[in-house]
Order: sequence, then structure tokens, then C-alpha cells
Amino acid sequence: MQGNKIRNLISITDLSVDEINGLIEVANDIEKNPVKYQDLCAHKQLATLFFEPSTRTRLSFESAMLSLGGQVLGFSSANSSSAAKGESVSDTVRTVGNYADIIAMRHPKEGAPVIAAQKTVVPIINAGDGGHFHPTQTLTDLLTISRKKGRLSNMTIGLCGDLKFGRTVHSLIEATLRYENIKYVLISPDELKLPEYMTDMIKAAGADYEEIANLEEAMPKLDILYMTRVQKERFFNEEDYVRLKDTYILTPEKLVNAKTDLTIMHPLPRVNEISVQVDEDDRACYFYQTLCGKHIRMALILFLLGIKAE
Amino acid sequence: MNIDGVNTGIVLDHIKAGKSMAIYEYLGLDKLSSCVAIIQNVKSGKYGKKDIIKIDEIIDLDLDVLGYFDSNITVNYIKDGKLVEKKHVELPEKLVDVIKCKNPRCITSTEQEIPHVFELVDKSKKMYRCIYCDAQVKLK
Repeated sequence: MQGNKIRNLISITDLSVDEINGLIEVANDIEKNPVKYQDLCAHKQLATLFFEPSTRTRLSFESAMLSLGGQVLGFSSANSSSAAKGESVSDTVRTVGNYADIIAMRHPKEGAPVIAAQKTVVPIINAGDGGHFHPTQTLTDLLTISRKKGRLSNMTIGLCGDLKFGRTVHSLIEATLRYENIKYVLISPDELKLPEYMTDMIKAAGADYEEIANLEEAMPKLDILYMTRVQKERFFNEEDYVRLKDTYILTPEKLVNAKTDLTIMHPLPRVNEISVQVDEDDRACYFYQTLCGKHIRMALILFLLGIKAE
Repeated sequence: MNIDGVNTGIVLDHIKAGKSMAIYEYLGLDKLSSCVAIIQNVKSGKYGKKDIIKIDEIIDLDLDVLGYFDSNITVNYIKDGKLVEKKHVELPEKLVDVIKCKNPRCITSTEQEIPHVFELVDKSKKMYRCIYCDAQVKLK
């Protein structure tokens, strides 16, 4: 923490590379010595404000806080909060800021956590804002890559599926651009290509990228394959969703030409974009990612609350 | 056509032809009690045609808004018939409640009474970005 200034995590770039590396270090220590951390957040409360459904993100935040000895409160859908009566994000957050020490918030509208951070003095964690950013998923992904590869630089990352609305993809690119020699292979149908502001960002950072439509063609080049789901909730019309949802399905056959040390990742939930047969492949890391997600969120909560282990 | 010179007031010069009415409205010049003249399609050596607005009073002007409308505008402050200050406007670094975010997924589309804020990201392309959702807007 810098002085007494409240820190928020809205976008992954709110954290410096040194801070991210520090969180990874703490997360690795949590894995080795969980007892050391089990009471560090005693008498602290985390509010999880989920205006949009989630399994992993909300439960991993709650599990993280409970594993630190803290308590949790909150709601898991807009319908079970006063948002259903038309209450604004500003008013909700101003209220909850009086009850909790830290807030993790998911909202379908892009930029909602920016408003939240303006309205309260407790740290706000963006747990996903529409198709925009999902920085704690990115921290999860970085921890997974770091543990699996032993590095966060010098690699080719294939991002496959919905690159237009896929907030995990946007945040992961933004984060990895700050490491040396990362190349991106962007695999998507035309309609779901990475937005221009993101490709501009890659160009501005001087990194290489290529956009291709064929997954098998990309496979031999990749050190990381990051699969994503085509998200029904991001489409305004059903027809477009149905047409695009089965564009990429990862099967054992498609992995024939992949590197033996490929790391296959997915932010989950999956629908059918990774065949369950791939789950048995040693290169499949998406369930391991969920464990990494808990460890890094524990490290993040401690960091934002300014609590250090002895 | 004769328009009296300004003795003490402001002359907005080099306005792109046809934009003066929009600027008049946006700056709220219709609410002034002093004399305001809008002169359209004046011959200009530099631009071919231009508009001019003359205000018979010195008022606080939002130069950021002028910069957003047209960064070629010059603002001339006149006192006792003499030009005392000439300002060139620039594209503002930040636009607050000047343009609205058109991204239907942006929080500004549902949250009431929050300012629409855009920050300049590329001066040469006149590109702004919504501070909430990062949607980009290119000024014409």
C-alpha cells in the first residue's frame, strides 16, 4: 500500500508489474503455508455484490476471505438486491461501503466499478464489468502461467473464441503486454475479432500479433492456448449467437500437432468449446486455474487491505 | 452588410463555416442580455469561408468546449476598442458532458446523473475514449 491511499482494482493495469509479481509470490506462499494466513483477516468483512450470476468468481472470493479468517456478505444476483427496484450502482455501493471493509463487484454494465470507486472509501475489486475487464481472472491466469511455465515472458499465447466481448481476453492481453517477448495469435471468426482499441494497444506496445480463423493452423505455434466461451449474454440477438457458438470446439484430434508442453487454459464456465475428452490430457489446466484463482484472490485481499503476513 | 465593431467584449474568429449556431447554443449565448452577433459565411483567405461570433461583453468561456467544436477557433478579447488578448483553442484533454457515450453496454446508459467523461487518447486522430467503458469516439 502507498501511504493511506485507498487502492482499487478496476483494470489489471492498476497494479504495477512489481505488485503483480509480489501477489504471485504471496499466492505461492499461501499454497505452501496456509496456516500462516488463516487468521489474517479476522474481524474483516468482504462484500460480494454480484449483479450478474457467477459460480467461480463469487465463490472463490468468498472462499478466499473465509480462508483468511474473514467474513462475507452480499448478494448473488441483481434480483436479490434493491437493483431490482431500480437502485443505482452509486447508491448501492455508498450503502455497502458502510457495512464492509472491501467490496468485490460484478456488474453487466461496462465501467460500473469506476462509478463504485468514486462513491466509497473502501477498496473496490472489479469482479467483471460486462464485456470489458475482469482483472482477478487475469491475476488467476498469470499465476497459472507462472506456475506452469516458470515464467511470464518469452511465449506465444493463442487466444481463441470470442475475442470481441471476452473480457478475460482483454485483461490478459493488457497484462501480458508488460512482459518481454509475448506474441499473440488471435483465433476468432470475423464477427468476434478483437476490438480495434485492443489491437491498437498491442501495436503501441510493439508486440507481434496475427489474426487467423483456423485453430488447427495456429496450434503448433502455441505455448499457451486460452479458450473462451461464446457468451450468450453478450448478444442482442439469438440468431447471431446460435450461428457463432460452435465455431471452435477443442478435441483431442485438434491437439495432435500441439507442443507437448502446451498449457490449455479456459476461464470457465465452458459450454461445449472444450470436449470433456480433453480434460484427461495432462496439458489441460483449466480446473487447476480455479485453485490458482482462490490463492491469488487471497493475496489480493491482503494487499488491498494493507495486511502483511509476519 | 455592416456589423458594429466590439468596444469591450469577445470575438470568436475562424469558426468553421456553419458551426456558429451550434457554438452559440452550446455556450448558452442566448441567455446573455448583451448584444451578440453571429456572422456566417464571411470570406476568409485561409479557409475560404468562416463564421464569426461577436459578444458585447467579456464573459467566462469554456475554451475546452470551443476546442472540441473546432480547434482552429481564435478567441479575441477586446477592451476599449483594443485587442488585449488572443487565445488559440486546442482539443481539450478531457470532455465532461459534451458528448455522450453511445455504447449501450456502458454504465452511463443506465446510471442516472453521472457525467459523461471522455479523455483525449490521440490528438492527431482526434480520438477520445470514455473513461468508464473505453469506447472510442473520433471527432469529425
